[in-house]
Amino acid sequence: MHGRLKVKTSEEQAEAKRLEREQKLKLYQSATQTVFQKRQAGELDESVLELTSQILGANPDFATLWNCRREVLQRLEAQKSPEELAALVKTELGFLESCLRVNPKSYGTWHHRCWLLGRLPEPNWARELELCARFLEVDERNFHCWDYRRFVATQAAVPPAEELAFTDSLITRNFSNYSSWHYRSCLLPQLHPQPDTGPQGRLPEDVLLKELELVQNAFFTDPNDQSAWFYHRWLLGRADPQDALRCLHVSRDEACLTVSFSRPVLVGSGTETLLLMVDESPLAVEWRTPDGRTRPSHVWLCDLPAASLNDQLPQHTFHVIWTAGEAQKECVLLKGRQEGWCRDSATDAQLFRCELSVEKSTVLQSELESCKELQELEPENKWCLLTIILLMRALDPLLYEKETLQYFQTLKAVDPMRAAYLDDLRSKFLLENSVLKMEYAEVRVLHLGHKDLTVLCHLEQLLLVTHLDLSHNRLRALPPALAALRCLEVLQANDNAIESLDGVTSLPRLQELSLCNNRLRQPAVLQPLAACPRLVLLHLQGNPLCHAVGASEHLAELLPAVNSILT
Amino acid sequence: MKVQHGKSRFLKMKKPLLLAERTKPFNMWKCFVMPVVSWSNVAKELSTCDLEKPGQDLHEDVEEAGALQKNHASVISGNPTEAAHSAYQPSEDESLCTVSCEMPTEQTPSSDQETALEINDVEVTGEKEKRYDDKTHAKSASEEETSENVPIAEDTVLQPKKNRITYSQIIKEGRRFNIDLVSKLLYSRGLLIDLLIKSNVSRYAEFKNITRILAFREGRVEQVPCSRADVFNSKQLTMVEKRMLMKFLTFCMEYEKHPDEYKAYEEITFSEYLKTQKLTPNLQYFVLHSIAMTSETASNTVDGLKATKNFLHCLGRYGNTPFLFPLYGQGELPQCFCRMCAVFGGIYCLRHSVQCLVVDKESRKCKAIIDQFGQRIISKHFLVEDSYFSENTCSHVQYRQISRSVLITDRSVLKTDSDQQISILTVPGEEPGTFAVRVIELCPSTMTCMKGTYLVHLTCTSSKTAREDLEPVVQKLFTPYTETEIENEEVEKPRLLWALYFNMRDSSDISRNSYNDLPSNVYVCSGPDCGLGNDNAVKQAERLFQLICPNEDFCPPPPNPEDIIIDGDSLQSETSEFSVIPEANSETPKESTSLGNPEETSQ
Repeated sequence: MHGRLKVKTSEEQAEAKRLEREQKLKLYQSATQTVFQKRQAGELDESVLELTSQILGANPDFATLWNCRREVLQRLEAQKSPEELAALVKTELGFLESCLRVNPKSYGTWHHRCWLLGRLPEPNWARELELCARFLEVDERNFHCWDYRRFVATQAAVPPAEELAFTDSLITRNFSNYSSWHYRSCLLPQLHPQPDTGPQGRLPEDVLLKELELVQNAFFTDPNDQSAWFYHRWLLGRADPQDALRCLHVSRDEACLTVSFSRPVLVGSGTETLLLMVDESPLAVEWRTPDGRTRPSHVWLCDLPAASLNDQLPQHTFHVIWTAGEAQKECVLLKGRQEGWCRDSATDAQLFRCELSVEKSTVLQSELESCKELQELEPENKWCLLTIILLMRALDPLLYEKETLQYFQTLKAVDPMRAAYLDDLRSKFLLENSVLKMEYAEVRVLHLGHKDLTVLCHLEQLLLVTHLDLSHNRLRALPPALAALRCLEVLQANDNAIESLDGVTSLPRLQELSLCNNRLRQPAVLQPLAACPRLVLLHLQGNPLCHAVGASEHLAELLPAVNSILT
Repeated sequence: MKVQHGKSRFLKMKKPLLLAERTKPFNMWKCFVMPVVSWSNVAKELSTCDLEKPGQDLHEDVEEAGALQKNHASVISGNPTEAAHSAYQPSEDESLCTVSCEMPTEQTPSSDQETALEINDVEVTGEKEKRYDDKTHAKSASEEETSENVPIAEDTVLQPKKNRITYSQIIKEGRRFNIDLVSKLLYSRGLLIDLLIKSNVSRYAEFKNITRILAFREGRVEQVPCSRADVFNSKQLTMVEKRMLMKFLTFCMEYEKHPDEYKAYEEITFSEYLKTQKLTPNLQYFVLHSIAMTSETASNTVDGLKATKNFLHCLGRYGNTPFLFPLYGQGELPQCFCRMCAVFGGIYCLRHSVQCLVVDKESRKCKAIIDQFGQRIISKHFLVEDSYFSENTCSHVQYRQISRSVLITDRSVLKTDSDQQISILTVPGEEPGTFAVRVIELCPSTMTCMKGTYLVHLTCTSSKTAREDLEPVVQKLFTPYTETEIENEEVEKPRLLWALYFNMRDSSDISRNSYNDLPSNVYVCSGPDCGLGNDNAVKQAERLFQLICPNEDFCPPPPNPEDIIIDGDSLQSETSEFSVIPEANSETPKESTSLGNPEETSQ
């Protein structure tokens, strides 16, 4: 049997390969052509199935051919007997499997399988689950297969407990598996539904503790793997709060009513309407946003007719109902007063702990301790540092303020790539803390100077503030959301890097504005200020625009109402 | 599992795709029997020899040198006529099942003799050991058998129990046991794996991953978490320990890059070094004994780090542990190489034991050998394993010894959900001067033992006899069968159903100069060493091959079957090749057995 062996030379091999490829290409092209001709001629018969299977078997990503196959199968469904159809389906399933082996991440193939299974009178779901398990064994992060598995599990009504056990087995094998963790976050709330009164989408404490232990195992084993940290964040996070009206403010002078929501909403679109009852009778009003743009906003306002503000009655009652979210709020304007308001306090609602949950603080406390333990071993792990910061915020933002700032410093040092993101996050937290402090002090003055702020957020919480100091920060703009500060009288923003002033517009009470030592280059950027009716004093010293020729004239022309513009 | 190329993913693990089908070799020899082999046979198969009828090429200046021990059983058994004969009859059963015990009735008549050998596996082992007995102080295996096992047999015959394996069952199912004399594993990034892949010999073998690394601590067997998944799943480690262990192992993966972390400790032992690291005592134990597989005194810091790194580097290529085990046992591997060799024209003279060498008086070179039938086989090179030499040849050689034990037990040393676990366990030496004992436990799915039993190999460097060296460990881990008188009581430890102790010669690291009067074209290859991996054997085989064929590539990949052109007149030349042996033609075409080198055969 042992022939004298001679091996082809590399040229011969290359030539043989070239011929083979040429032959293949010829076949491929002629088959494709035939299929298209047949499809055009409406000859959708088994020969098309045969031809497309030859092509798809080599290249499963040819979407048009899958469509073609579906057309054929639909037509055959009407023509064939049930037995013949069953045989046809069996071949089709086998063929799909062989295509998946060629490319386990082919959209077309998985989609075709979904389509086919959805049409079968008695699909064998157990077999499909088995198929998914096999493909996930080969590549546990194949999201096509995960999608298909979720489809199958829904169709077959697989108990969530069984699917959860499946994710268990995959996580055991390799916990670096986003899909598996994510699937858990979908299954667990199904398995442990909360009573109607409780927070939606949350887990009972015993389940939560077990999950926390599991995920801790993962991040102690490999703290650099993000998948576990994301799941940890989900476990400690809380569901979106229900829509609420945070604040209602009515001003006699401006004849204006302002509403602040818990999330940005779009008033006046479809069913989401805001009803206003003045002294218990409905009043039709026109709602707008402070900056005049029609898009989702935290703050909406309307002009009130003089009749509803007259000073004859001892008081006027304003009742606002948000129909989409079943939220409402009421405020009273007393006789002789200029304004009236009603407000949910940020301190009472623990508003700024919303990154993480309002779970029992013991759970959070013990999480904080284990993270600190991990941080000692891994002082440079960014995920750990960030989680510590978030846990501290959830536990007590003011108590941990100093420590949090230190962690921010470390975090920025170990993760310079995300320095800007971290600066913004830090700004947000500092602003939140300042709001809390202001509310505890029960004043309407907010000092945010010397805080290294890079961004302004939560401005909708500052509806009632009259004096705001933003000096000595790193702000580059006064954003449009600033227009929500309807009561603002004095704004100081010296020594920043401000280039634009989009938010300083239509502020009805603004009298004094300080913008010394910023980066205002053109007088034109001051255009928005023209819409502030009461602005009388404007400080612009130390800005590039001061050096421009004819700047003062230009400004006087631009802002005729402002008494003194200091350049 | 087929061995394929894979990347190390200690940190990010992903299973390799194992969809490759077993490619059938396009020619095969079924006559090739090697029931119990040691690794050194691979080197033997690489020898080149010319075949010729006795009586030819007789020169006056030739003397017969008694360099070889007489009546030495050849490891390659079977006779050449049969070999040629069955080569003409392609077997219906295309898979390599000469040692298989699954379907004895389906085998071709030529395999009868194999069957007989398989049944006598145990005895074969014993007999082979007697061979060592002559020269070493090894204890006879058959002695052990009589003293240990006969009473067991009686006991079980009298009280047959349900679901309990008895001695008589073992005897009856003897063919299901494949007992290696040498107990080794393949490091998944070791030289042998590389060679198997490079040469494509891997297509003839299948492997299983070792599933568990075990440790024996404070009288208990426990699993050592060594991969990322193990650490994650471990219930015995605290969170902090998980981090400590992972951190240390991650450091070991690239310890060379952080010399400041260990430079100060280079002078001390690895175990002392571990104490300076942030590791709890049980983590230190795991790293020292089960991962670096060294001892308190044996290695210094750098050696320990190197061993740890090697272990970790092998993780994740084929699974969660660094080791592979060939199905049907380590003895499969030499067969696989021989098979590739045969496909490309290698010839095996089975059942020809070498009687003596013919050495040219002038050149002092070996010219031929004489087999036990007095047949003369001319040879340019003669490659021989150390144990085939006579006492005269190795009178000056100082041999070390390896203590070995083979046990058949009724359950695993560490019970888990799955009963198909393959485990390796290192038991550190207790007293100074004793060596750590390596225990490898094989489950039935490795095809080395019958269902319901485990085959356990113990190995250590000898300090005394095998029994004295290994029995203390056996007593710690297992219960003798006779002690379990209370039948209903659940016994914790596995029970011994059969035990065998033997010493074997460790001829590794012996210089060629230590042997007396070796002709220059006689090449010596050592027997197996005591280590776990096969790197030494591969290195040695390659070195010997380069000596014999200095300009040839060692085990090159075979050409693609599609690229092979078979000559039109091949049939004729084949006939003449094989007719040489029985018919004694005067002119014989030369046939080289150099592995995977078809150019040479076609010249």
